[in-house]
Amino acid sequence: MSSNGKSAVIPITPLHVAAANEPELVSLYEKTAKIYPRAVTGRFARWRWALVWLTQLVFYGAPWLEWNARQAVLFDLASRRFYIFGLVLYPQDFIYLTALLVLSALCLFLFTAVAGRLWCGYACPQTVYTEIFMWFERHIEGDRIARMRLDAAPWQWNKLWRKGAKQGAWVAIGLWTGITFVGYFTPIRELVPAITSFGLGPWESFWVLFYGFATYGNAGYMREQVCKHMCPYARFQSAMFDRDTLVIGYDTQRGEPRGSRPRKVDPRAAGLGDCIDCTLCVQVCPTGIDIRNGLQFECIGCAACIDVCDQVMDKMGYPLGLIRYSTENGIDRGLSNRQMVSRVLRPRVLVYGAILAAVGIAFIVSLASRETFKVDVVRDRGSMARIVADGRVENVYRLQIMNATERAQRYAVSVEGLPGISVVANEPADIGPAQARWVPVRVQLPHESAAPLAGQSNAISFRIQRLADTEHAARSVSEKSTFIVPR
Amino acid sequence: MSDFFSSGWSVYIAAFTLAGIVACLLLLWVAARRKVMANDNTTGHVWDEDLRELNNPLPRWWMGLFVLTVVFSLAYLVFYPGLGSYGGTLGWSQRQAYDAEVERLQQQVAPLYARFAGMSAPQLATDGQAMRIGERLFINNCSQCHGSDARGSKGFPDLTDTDWLHGGSHEKIIETITQGRRGVMPPMAAAVGSPEDVRNVAQYVLSLSGSPHNAFAAQVGKAKFSACAACHGVNGKGNQAIGAPDLTDKVWLHGWGEQAVVDAIQRGKDNQMPAHADKLTPEQIRVLAAYVWSLSQSSLAAAKAP
Repeated sequence: MSSNGKSAVIPITPLHVAAANEPELVSLYEKTAKIYPRAVTGRFARWRWALVWLTQLVFYGAPWLEWNARQAVLFDLASRRFYIFGLVLYPQDFIYLTALLVLSALCLFLFTAVAGRLWCGYACPQTVYTEIFMWFERHIEGDRIARMRLDAAPWQWNKLWRKGAKQGAWVAIGLWTGITFVGYFTPIRELVPAITSFGLGPWESFWVLFYGFATYGNAGYMREQVCKHMCPYARFQSAMFDRDTLVIGYDTQRGEPRGSRPRKVDPRAAGLGDCIDCTLCVQVCPTGIDIRNGLQFECIGCAACIDVCDQVMDKMGYPLGLIRYSTENGIDRGLSNRQMVSRVLRPRVLVYGAILAAVGIAFIVSLASRETFKVDVVRDRGSMARIVADGRVENVYRLQIMNATERAQRYAVSVEGLPGISVVANEPADIGPAQARWVPVRVQLPHESAAPLAGQSNAISFRIQRLADTEHAARSVSEKSTFIVPR
Repeated sequence: MSDFFSSGWSVYIAAFTLAGIVACLLLLWVAARRKVMANDNTTGHVWDEDLRELNNPLPRWWMGLFVLTVVFSLAYLVFYPGLGSYGGTLGWSQRQAYDAEVERLQQQVAPLYARFAGMSAPQLATDGQAMRIGERLFINNCSQCHGSDARGSKGFPDLTDTDWLHGGSHEKIIETITQGRRGVMPPMAAAVGSPEDVRNVAQYVLSLSGSPHNAFAAQVGKAKFSACAACHGVNGKGNQAIGAPDLTDKVWLHGWGEQAVVDAIQRGKDNQMPAHADKLTPEQIRVLAAYVWSLSQSSLAAAKAP
């Protein structure tokens, strides 16, 4: 796309200048041109690489950590236990995953409202893996021009080995990513030897290949098309933008009219702005846009154009920041950094921040005060109640006691809520580390208490106590249920 | 397709399915092209004075995805059932898939049960794995009536006591689970006599187990008990061969007290336990029966208490 105006947000491009304003039948699909982003260095590129290292050290490294003689982070789907360092989570704890996703979404809202597409530009896996894949591409095939020449060249030895080496590197990263991903669900120290001895199960093989292929395809080929056509976040982020959101902006007033000029010429005297129209900002753009056309939905906020333009400005001896992080208001009204910062605390940001803080605190408090065991009470459905010796009324329950610690524990069950109600033949239940067990429990009510309650369903509560051991004090939880007295 | 009496419906469905796929392709082809104003790349539509629709073409691979779904559906229809009554070249069916899965799982557990094959009930009862399997089988198949603690309820026998209607040996329990049981007592009022006689017999029955009763009425009723003795025995001890309950213990399956006994005499009883031969394999039933057997062995029960 080329520019046809100073302030047009969406450029309207003429197809054929000569044609009159006549309708013409065109296809709504077109072959997308391959983008050859030019290598870029600078402040923001360093930030991106820092985040690449950080996120990938965590992703590739975490499955190899050990904790309590097991994998520190392991989502064991087969036995339905999820280990995150000291935490043992049951499927019943799924609410924490929900909370985590809510928190992530709110973080995204807040960051986007304040500073635009920070996530997209620096930390999103699509960006991170594309960066890694492009690093290999650049070191094997060369930079932008070399790659374009290579693609245009006929298939000869040079092209063959370079393309082959690149594919080899890409496939290797893809597969290792797939293995690491599956390593969160199957212990990775068993998974890797299983691969070398061809002992991988069918599902593990599928997910290694699927995730590996997705990484290879998305980071090697789809790249900016994922952001432009597939990612929902890219589209709904505009709802969080306003005119005080930090975006990557081109200072039109300062840059226009653009044009090339010798370094020694004073641009003002020549009637030119600061933009020398070198098009480097377009060449480095991973989504292939021209930032000088203004804010566009394709811009992922990677700041590559800032880095490269600053280098050009430096060489020309002009002030830096012709393209810079700024706000729409900032560029239009020429606000200083301090003025822009003072506009950060606006209602939208405060609301996002307040909700984020509230949910975050609730999440942490709830996780910290979480009981290390859980109980589900299930009434027997077949026989509601029965009369036993001395006219006592008996109800039967099954208690599933879930031990969320990695030590064997003993649990005692008692019941309260009706006069004289008691648990029969009650001995503490032993439950192994991270195990769950169904414990049948009989509850009896004496005849005197039962008689006035005939035909009623009565609220009772079970009290399940984890008995104290040498290191830990006793804890107890209550679970509600009902006690039925027959007519 | 037994619900339909001609192949017309099958042809109708098949034609409709194929027409739908063709319509999808047609829609794709028609909607892929659009009139665009040549000079500004908009569709020429203007809303609200200055809102114009820009032509921003999607990448062509996107269209490829649509075509891929059509190819997928056609391939699916070749391999799997979908075109009317046509079964597909793979011959796949839900019934077959289910049977194959059951078969596969049974093969998986076969070695497990093979270990139990030579074991007697007392051996199984002390085998932790067998008892855990037995408990699960019991919870899934028996607890609905007998309760998850196997102590039964009114009309459903307690399996943890030593009072057995049909016998409590491992073999007998296997037989009970496999074939089911039906405990039938005909209405006996006519054979016993007047309503007064029925009440007297009821009092006598209560006296057999030493339950609270009217001693005089029981004495009178004793003579009429001969009508019951055919099944329950002269001394009321019952008969496991025909499942006649022992009346001399304090187990009252169908209710305790004069009224409950009178009801039983007047109306009879027809109590049934379904057969499980087609729900469980013989190997499963053997383990399950050993679990049930273990529940009434007081020495084992004490050791196994939670």
